[in-house]
Formats: sequence, structure tokens, C-alpha cells
Amino acid sequence: MQGVVGVPSQLPHMDKSAGHYANGTTPTRIRTDINGSNMTNIDALAYTSHLKQLESESIHILREVAAEFRNPVMMYSIGKDSSVLLHLLQKAFYPAQPPIPLLHVDTTWKFREMIAFRDRRAQEAGCRLIVHINQDGVAQGIGPFSHGATVHTDVMKTQALKQALDKYQFDAAIGGARRDEEKSRAKERVFSFRNAQHRWDPKSQRPELWNLYNARIAKGESVRVFPLSNWTELDIWLYIYREKIEVPALYLAAERPVVERDGALIMVDDERMPLRPGEIPQMRKVRFRTLGCYPLTGAIESEADTLPAVIQEMLVARTSERQGRVIDHDPSASMEKKKQEGYF
Amino acid sequence: MRTEHDASTAIDAYLQQHETKSLLRFITCGSVDDGKSTLLGRLLYDSKLLFDDQLAALKGDSLRHGTQNGELDFALLVDGLSAEREQGITIDVAYRFFSTERRKFIVADCPGHEQYTRNMATGASTADLAVVLVDARKGLLTQTRRHTYICALLGIRHVLLAVNKMDLIDYSEDVFRSIEADYRELADSMGIAQVSAVPLSALRGENVSSRSDRIGWYDGPSLLERLETVQVAHVVDDVGFRLPVQWVCRPDQNFRGYAGHVVAGCIAPGDEVVVLPSGARSRVARIVTADGDLPRASLGDAITLTLTDERDISRGDVIVAAAQPPQVADQFAAHLLWMGEAPLLPGRSYWLKIGTRTVSAQVTEIKHKVDVNTQEPLAAKRLELNEVGYCNLSLDHAIAFESYEHCREMGAFILIDRQSNNTVAAGTLNFALRRADNIHWQHMDVDRMARARIKGQAPACLWFTGLSGSGKSTVANLVEKRLHALGYHTYMLDGDNVRHGLNRDLGFTAEDRVENIRRVAEVAKLMVEAGLIVLVSFISPFRSERRMARELFAEGEFKEVFVDTPLAICEQRDVKGLYAKARAGEIKNFTGIDSPYEQPEHSEVHLETAGRSVDALAQQVVEALIGHT
Repeated sequence: MQGVVGVPSQLPHMDKSAGHYANGTTPTRIRTDINGSNMTNIDALAYTSHLKQLESESIHILREVAAEFRNPVMMYSIGKDSSVLLHLLQKAFYPAQPPIPLLHVDTTWKFREMIAFRDRRAQEAGCRLIVHINQDGVAQGIGPFSHGATVHTDVMKTQALKQALDKYQFDAAIGGARRDEEKSRAKERVFSFRNAQHRWDPKSQRPELWNLYNARIAKGESVRVFPLSNWTELDIWLYIYREKIEVPALYLAAERPVVERDGALIMVDDERMPLRPGEIPQMRKVRFRTLGCYPLTGAIESEADTLPAVIQEMLVARTSERQGRVIDHDPSASMEKKKQEGYF
Repeated sequence: MRTEHDASTAIDAYLQQHETKSLLRFITCGSVDDGKSTLLGRLLYDSKLLFDDQLAALKGDSLRHGTQNGELDFALLVDGLSAEREQGITIDVAYRFFSTERRKFIVADCPGHEQYTRNMATGASTADLAVVLVDARKGLLTQTRRHTYICALLGIRHVLLAVNKMDLIDYSEDVFRSIEADYRELADSMGIAQVSAVPLSALRGENVSSRSDRIGWYDGPSLLERLETVQVAHVVDDVGFRLPVQWVCRPDQNFRGYAGHVVAGCIAPGDEVVVLPSGARSRVARIVTADGDLPRASLGDAITLTLTDERDISRGDVIVAAAQPPQVADQFAAHLLWMGEAPLLPGRSYWLKIGTRTVSAQVTEIKHKVDVNTQEPLAAKRLELNEVGYCNLSLDHAIAFESYEHCREMGAFILIDRQSNNTVAAGTLNFALRRADNIHWQHMDVDRMARARIKGQAPACLWFTGLSGSGKSTVANLVEKRLHALGYHTYMLDGDNVRHGLNRDLGFTAEDRVENIRRVAEVAKLMVEAGLIVLVSFISPFRSERRMARELFAEGEFKEVFVDTPLAICEQRDVKGLYAKARAGEIKNFTGIDSPYEQPEHSEVHLETAGRSVDALAQQVVEALIGHT
């Protein structure tokens, strides 16, 4: 092989003498492996727990956001991923209060329990909480029962989010999405660029090398940041368990009034739910794997009424968590399409 | 309550096992039809990681888009973008997660096409190991070489060579051995020391997660077994403690902490540290975390340090072990993988982000580019998309660094275009150039202020920009005449005139235009330092070069004068007959015709020339400079 150049260790004209260490030494190279004995010098990442490593990476990302953006916000959707995010946010800036406010886009159709939980947790964490509701949608009476899942989600969630981002001029919005959730998410960067219309262009994403995140944007543009990108659903639950993070009780099995509709178990959370002929709410022991608008969130029958039991069920689970979301049952690339349009 | 107790005991045991599992990050790469996505889909399928609803979706997708006659098409599991499914190719890197009893894995499935090399680099930059696929029928291809080269460039030192589609060559040992030998030679030449090869069929699941009887002559482990047990040799150097400061934590007057991620070494309270580049010394007081103070922190920990002394430390500084400080320099030799749509132009200024520090940087010289397919060095004046170059870099601030091979986090950087804000290059620092140490500024007793004082004026640079024929030189001439008459000391640098002397070796390509402006800006700066009011009259079509010029001067010294004349009028005037020639194709790269003019956005003086006299225009400039006369 003649003329091999460009690989650092092969450079013939490498001139180490040009650089010097202040104490006159040159670095020594130590080659070792996972079973090596030189514990102080080897890559310690292999020895720290997987969860600790994920935590540390996420904290790094959160601090980058706080340092590089003018006006960042954290999307707080009250679910388990948001609970983990909030916990990480507190850790990242300890002993200071988190310098990033929380934003909840309230579709007005969330489980009632969620709203109570939200208000309490934000206060405990010492975070400013911004709640945004699409008042145009409310005025038009948009809802999942009257307008269907697609219109409701678009108006009360996607459009509402854009309104909030425009209104408060946020230049970075932190979200709890994970790459293991869905195929187009598996391709998304940690710092995911959005143009002034909040659109994602999956075909020309910015390259993202190492942990060097590019936070530079022009006026009107923004970045969605996903600190939990490399976490799996199981990691989330194990971390919640290890760190004793509080999550809404809806995740634990309890007797709840549900009806079976289009193959999903829907909880009758308030009087706004019109019952179809023959539908009678039944008390069944159910829990939720994701939390969203109650009419659009399917429950699963479960006996797991403690956190360990939920995790144990997870370990033998045979359906992925997004199955509970009525919105994803469109053609396969639907999430990518929604994301291009600005859906979180 | 018995079940709860059992469950939590079981989860505790699981957690314990989970925590001691190591994590392996790897990429899969290889040529377009070598079956990467199929292999990865197969790994997920065999690891029983697919949920029932995912399997159902896969069955549906296989019927609709599949290439396996309705059989399960595993590639569809991982090609997630609709454009990818339609075209049957992988565009961007996809991250997948699975774990076995022994390890957790994060897999980056990388695209094979050359045009998506930058996406492959995104995946490779965080990987410990690469699985390189080769089609047994085809052997090593150009893409195999390119991917191996990119892996080597980004510091991956371990490759699993997966020789795929063995079923299509009757499981021939000879073919496998010869591909393995070829690849070892290639990897060796690039400094990848550790290669292990596995013969397999991704489609049939042979030697993927379990060993195959059909390949009896092979007695090694399956690919998954290899992934579970491979000892990823971490090449780590004995560099001391390094903490790039991310965030200064100041909840109240009594607490000042420096938050960051330990990228090398370890630290304990009482240890002596140095802050770079300032060189301030102190000792560690506490290692603060939300889980309580730590007695010791090491590589990978996210911590907040407090020091025993008050020091001026901000984001971008690096706190290091006092006994083992890194080098500090502002000029480097580095490798660049260019990822921008527009080419890299030497002399143009880019943002450089390294660790938590962002500085302004220029490539001063491309020593050579590397043909990523053959690894031959080639002469180059610019770097195009997906090209690799070995370059000299010059930064506007000195930084603490390590060579990339000693410490990734202290030697890896990205370049960001200052206009589009896109990430346009990934770079690895090799070493500091001697020049950084040896050129010192000569201290001068008579400084710029003294020179300006004796002339009784505030020096300035008036930078006239606009299309050819817009009237720049005419207006600038009259401005100089007026200033001269008022007793000001001036000098005029005219684009055409300078090209006869200082810049006569330069042409009109984009690279040469950048260099043209750089030289003129430097000359103008010297003249401003001499106390003069310098009038520069140059088309200077690119915003980035005008910005580069601006940044050479002190605040308020540089005044951009945009001579705004519509192209149609300039072309109609065509004083020098140049537009006619450009339209006829006799002049190439003519601004406004086949080379862009980027309009100023925030010029200090905006001259809309239409319908106004030269007199009035000149007066506007003079007033902007010295007020009403």
C-alpha cells in the first residue's frame, strides 16, 4: 500500500515535538482491554453502569442547551419520559434551580389526574410552568370525539405547539422522544433542526458528530432537543425505579371504568365521552403504557400495581408501547409525516 | 404483598445484572447491496426484540414494499424514512438498541452511498467497533475501502468483517479466506489493528446469532457471539484530568461551581488544577452532584467542581490537572472530512467548536486531499462534499487541546458555516504547528493611537462593495477628494489596481476571490494602524469575506458602504465592456452573471444610486464618517 495518508497513526511527517507538555513529558500510550488491570487509565465508560452513562450523557445535553440557546424550554407532557427529563434537569443544574422553564401544551383532553400531577411536580421542582391551550381550537369546539383523532391532534397539539413556540419565541424545545419508539425517530438527531415554519427535513439533517452539538440557528428557526434519544423504554423504567422518581398513578394497574372501542380499551375519564349504543363502562384492572389525551390512549389489562411489577411485565411484554396510541395506526410512515409538519 | 416483594427482589437482581453489563456501541457499514439492513433486522428478530405489533407491521410492509417475494424483508425494519423505503436504500443513520444476557448494544446502521458519507461519519463518531459487510460474491469494493477509511479516520480500531451471502457461493471456504486476507491487508494499511472475520448469511440467519452447520469448516463464533465477547481494546493515554467547563453554576453569592463532563483522568478534592487557556491555578474544594458530594470523579462523570480560590472561569475554559496540563495553541495540522454542500475555501472564516469552546477558524492551507476510495494523496485548492483533506488551521484564540488519538474529546471538532449555520466539517486535531510558538508580536512603542493622534483623526476603513459598474470607484474617488480637501489623511485601495500588483497571481475562482479579499483586508488593516482613513473599492461579492475583513478591525473602525445599483443598470452602463463579454461566455465567474453577489444585510452606509448624483452619494458617505460638514 503506497501512499496511505490521512490516518493519524500513519502520518510520516507527524511532528510531535512541535507540541509540548508544560512539564516536559510526552504522553504514554497504554493499551489495555476490558479485563485489563490498569483501572485508572482505561476507558472508564465500560465500567460505569449503562444507566449512569445514559444519565451523564443526558445531563451533558441539557447543559449544552442552557449554555448555547437564548430562550430554551422543556416540553413537559407529564408522562414517564417527561418525569425522567424533569429529574435530569434538576440534577444537571444542582444546586441551582433549573434555568429552563417547562411548557405543557394542554389539549384540554388529558386525564384529569395528569393535570393535578403536573401542577404539583412543577412547583416541587421550582420550575416555571407555562401552559398553552390553542384557544382557536377551543372556540371551534375541536375535540377527539367530534373531529376525530387526526384533526384533534393536529389542531390541539401540533398547531398549539407551534403557536406556543412562536408566542414565547423559544429557540430550543427539549422533548422526551426516544429513538427506540418508532422508525423515523430512530433516524433523528439529538439536536434536530427546524426551519422557521417548524418543519423537519429528514433528508438533509445536519451531521452530528461526537457530542459536539451545533446550536447555531438564524432568527425564527429553532431546534428540538432529545436528551433521551439513546434510552430505551426499559431504561426509563429502570431509572425511575433506581432514582425513585414519581410518575402518575395511571401507569400502575387499578380498577378503572373503561369501554372497549375499536379494539382499544378507553377509560371514561369524564362526562364528555359519548357512549355508543351498547357501550357500558366496566370496571377493569388496567394501566397505561403511555399517557396522552384520554380518548386516544388505550389501556392494557394488567395486574401490575407496583413499579417492580410493571417493569417485570415489561420484560415479558410482546407489544411495543406506541400500540396504545390511536394516532399511530395510520400507514407506517405517518409519524415521519407528522414530524415534518411539526408534531413533537 | 408477597408478589410485590418478589417482583422488587427480581427487579433488584435484574438491575444489578443490568448495571454490570457493559455497553458496546457499534456501526454497521458496507456497500449498498451487501445486506446491512437485512443483517441488523435479523439480529433484532433473532434476539426476540420485535414486539408482536412490530412483526405484524413488518409482515404488511414486506408484502407492500418487500424484495423477498412476500417473505419477511428484515431490511424494512430499519429503513425508517419513506424515501428510503421507496428507493430501497438507506439515507441516514438509524440507531437501534438491543441487549443480550451479556451486553447492551447501541447500533448505528449507516448508509452505504457515497453521497451520504457524512451521515455515516455521524454514526461512526460515537462507535467503539465497526461491523463491515462484504458480499461474498463481490469481495472488497470501493465502498468497503471508503468506509474502512472513514472508520480509521474517526479512530475506530476494531472491525468485525461480516462476509455475507455465503449461501450464494456454496459456503466456499477459499472465497472467504481470500476476502479475509484482502481485508486484513487493507485494515492493516490504515492502522486498524484488530480484525475478526465471520462467514454468514444474513437472509438465512446463518452464523448471525447462532452457528451454522452448513459452514462446518468455520469453527469460530457467530457474529452475535463475537459482539458479545469481543474485547474492545481502549487505546487510552495517560493524560491527566480534563474538564471542559460547560456551565457556570451560580445559584447565589456563596456558591460558584463549574459544571462539565470529565473527558479524561480523575480528580479528588484537594487536587491542584490549572485553568486553560488563562493558566490560573487553584485547588479543588468540592465535587458537587445532586446525589451528594463525591470523593473522586473520573472519565464520563457529569459533575460540578468548586475551587478553593475565586478565579475568572467561563464556559469554554478547560480545568486540568496541574501536574499534567495539555498543550495550548492556535495553529494546528488537522484532518477534515468536508460535509458542506458548498466547498471548503481556504481563508474563509468558519466557527470551530471543540469541547465546549467555539472560536473562529480558517483553513490556511490544504496540504493535500485524500482520495477516500483509494487513499491516494492529491493536490487540492478546495474540498468538496465528502472529501477528506489534511490541512493547516488557524484559530483566532488559543485553545487547550490533545491530539485526537490521545483524547477524542480534546481533539475532535466541527466546523460551522457562519452564514447557513450548517455543520460543514468534522475534524481531528493532529498536532500544533511550531509556528504558533515561534511567531511573536513585536512590541511597538509608537502605537496606533499615537499615530492617529499626530494626524488628528480617527482612522477608519471605508469598504465599498457592489456589482461591477455600480459606481464604487467613482463614489470612492470623490469621497477621498472631499476628505483630502478637509485635511484628512487618506489612501485608496482599488480592486483593479491591486490586481496589477499585490494580487496579480490571483484569478477569479471562488478560492482566489477569497484570497484576494484576505490580502486587501490585511493591507487595509496595516494602513488603519498607520492612522489612515482607507477607502477600499472591491466588488467583494461574498458576505463571509466581508465579515472576515470586518473582524480584523476594532469596533466602529470598519464601515461597509453598499453601492446599491441594480444589475440591469450596471449591465446597461458596462463601462469596461465586461458584461458583454461575460454574457458571451468569454469571461467566466463574473459576478452577477454566473457568480453570485450576496447583498449586505447590515451595511453602515447604504447608497441607493438610482436617480441620485455622485455628489450627493459622496456627501452621504462623508457625513456618515465625520458628521455634517
